[in-house]
Amino acid sequence: MLWEHNKMLEIKDLHVKLEEEDKQILKGVNLTVEPGKVHAIMGPNGSGKSTLSYVLSGKGGYEVTGGSASLDGDELLDMEAEERAAAGLFLAFQYPVEIPGVGNMTFLRTAVNAQRKARGEEEMSAGEFLKVIRAKAKTLKIDADMLKRPVNVGFSGGEKKRNEILQMAMLEPKMCILDETDSGLDVDAMKLVSEGVNALRDEGRGFLVITHYQRLLDHIKPDVVHIMADGRIVKTGGPELALEVENNGYADILAEVA
Amino acid sequence: MAQSSKMLQVKQDATEAFLADRAVPTGAAWANDARADALGRLREMGLPHGRDEYWKFTKPDSLVHADAPKAAVFQYDEAPLWADVESLKIVFVDGVFDADASDDFALEGLEIERLADVAGKDIHWVKDLYGVLETRGQDAVQRPLAAVNTALATDGVFIHVTGKVSKPVNLVYLHKSDTSDAILHHCIKLDEGAEMTLLETGPAAARFNKLLEVDVADTAKFNHVRVQGRDHERRAVTGCFARLGSESAFKSFTLTMNGVLTRNECVIELTGDDAIAHVAGACVGDGKDFHHDDTVFITHDAVNCESRQVFKKVLRNGATGVFQGKILVKKDAQKTDGYQISQSLLLDDDSQFLAKPELEIYADDVICSHGSTTGAIDEDAMFYLRSRGVPEAEATDLLVLAFLAEALEEIEDETLAEGILERLEGWLARRAS
Ligand SMILES: Nc1ncnc2c1ncn2[C@@H]1O[C@H](COP(=O)(O)OP(=O)(O)O)[C@@H](O)[C@H]1O
Ligand SMILES: [Mg+2]
Repeated sequence: MLWEHNKMLEIKDLHVKLEEEDKQILKGVNLTVEPGKVHAIMGPNGSGKSTLSYVLSGKGGYEVTGGSASLDGDELLDMEAEERAAAGLFLAFQYPVEIPGVGNMTFLRTAVNAQRKARGEEEMSAGEFLKVIRAKAKTLKIDADMLKRPVNVGFSGGEKKRNEILQMAMLEPKMCILDETDSGLDVDAMKLVSEGVNALRDEGRGFLVITHYQRLLDHIKPDVVHIMADGRIVKTGGPELALEVENNGYADILAEVA
Repeated sequence: MAQSSKMLQVKQDATEAFLADRAVPTGAAWANDARADALGRLREMGLPHGRDEYWKFTKPDSLVHADAPKAAVFQYDEAPLWADVESLKIVFVDGVFDADASDDFALEGLEIERLADVAGKDIHWVKDLYGVLETRGQDAVQRPLAAVNTALATDGVFIHVTGKVSKPVNLVYLHKSDTSDAILHHCIKLDEGAEMTLLETGPAAARFNKLLEVDVADTAKFNHVRVQGRDHERRAVTGCFARLGSESAFKSFTLTMNGVLTRNECVIELTGDDAIAHVAGACVGDGKDFHHDDTVFITHDAVNCESRQVFKKVLRNGATGVFQGKILVKKDAQKTDGYQISQSLLLDDDSQFLAKPELEIYADDVICSHGSTTGAIDEDAMFYLRSRGVPEAEATDLLVLAFLAEALEEIEDETLAEGILERLEGWLARRAS
């Protein structure tokens, strides 16, 4: 894979508040993910991790009051959500959305072809799509029934997360953000999901893995670990930082940077 | 229900004005009797008025005016619907039978005759059906426009179904004159164990008053799929009056796209045990002139029957949708399973949905549920789709079709359902216009 920059995702001094309320959530986030690297973000509940992932992927309801974010050199924050996706950004949702009435397969094929169309590529034929999705679904232990059912409707917590990874595998993004993909997973499901993610690791692809727990990072080994608190990255280190959090919690680190 | 004598006088005066230039057709004794009876009932109750409770959400003015308001003929730009479905076609142009365009009335398992031919025959099975179910349907609520139909209709088809029919009967309603004021009255009698599918398509006329009386004998099955035409300015008031015997089934689906005014009334009586009645509708409306009304009245008068009403409306650019649906469960109709859902998806703030769901239950061992909702596109679903690269317009289409799915699922035949889906996709694609 070719990439133009050694900065797959570059976030500079990002300030974000809620659109409807006078509440500042991100207070100057700086973060750069290089192609081929896995960065992890840990941090207490409410520190702004999900907000960061939503703002990057273009969800409404937030107002950027300062700073910038770019994907592989392209300014992200001016694009529509679908343009960001076509440019190669993917968010695995903390709470995947249920869409009654839309079949999972239809949903994915529409998404794959919409992105291809946006990039001026040829659309995938029904036959080719079926072949590819069957193979990828199999490795994630997603059966034919789950592909046919409406998107995420009646899926267990683990099934929803595996479905997120399947979407990621089908869309082959340049930059993957995983928001608490480990929450609600048992040990076996965690292994499946991690294997799915690791299979996508590639020298051209960046990862930002948001998690509370070291255990996911045992499977998906990060290159860099950030600690986020109160809307800022307060500490950055290597994988050992995750272990420190696992053993001592956030209190020590937060006290140290306060 | 109390209505002032002054109000009644206003309605009766309007009725006389409406009837002034119209002749009640004459024929054999049974036809004359049925028409005279309907005319008497009509004169007594008067035409509907905007102050009537049953017309609270839908202004009847343009339906009761002596002259039909003009409606431009719409130039179709789509492939014909159900082109690959084999059927027996019966064509009416502005309510007038077109023999050249119609197929021969020959199909195994049924017998078809025209009202125009039969009304002169002294002895005919239809004398026990014509106007009979319509009259029964007036019991709980007055339906003057149905009485108008019985009194004045000069054509329509009478179908006697004796066996399982291999292909649908397809009533095609063409609209070619912008001032046509058409009335058609059809009667269908299904014998025990008989089965048929009736299709109805097309805008029919500038103003169309259509009645369908269906008598479904024990274990018989009646299937009905209808698509009301796209002509933007057409008006229609339709009534379907059905009576169901034991273990019989009645399934009806209607797609409505465009038209300034449509009122579809459906009145069903479940009179035999273990019968099933499903009535469904999908309606997509565009523009502030669009007004669509589904008015349904289902009476459970037997044990262990099931009824299901599924009505979905997608409204944009100021369109109006109406639903009035009632389930009446009589005292001895134990083990009734009644379901009613009416939902609208409003694509903007200018559109509106007015609903009046009603349950009236006199039996104690029944399951009845009803729900009515009005909502916009789900923002979370929208963002989820867009975050996967699906542009907003395409995501809206997907969510609209998803919203309609429960109603579309009521169409049993896959080919017919596909045709309906294509029509809806066409409507969505015309978004920009
Ligand atoms: N749409 C919203 N409305 C109100 N408060 C919000 C909204 N989004 C985020 N917040 C608030 O912003 C803060 C950060 O939330 P979030 O980004 O979900 O944190 P994290 O993912 O780190 O747990 C929390 O205090 C949360 O309550
Ligand atoms: Mg979160």
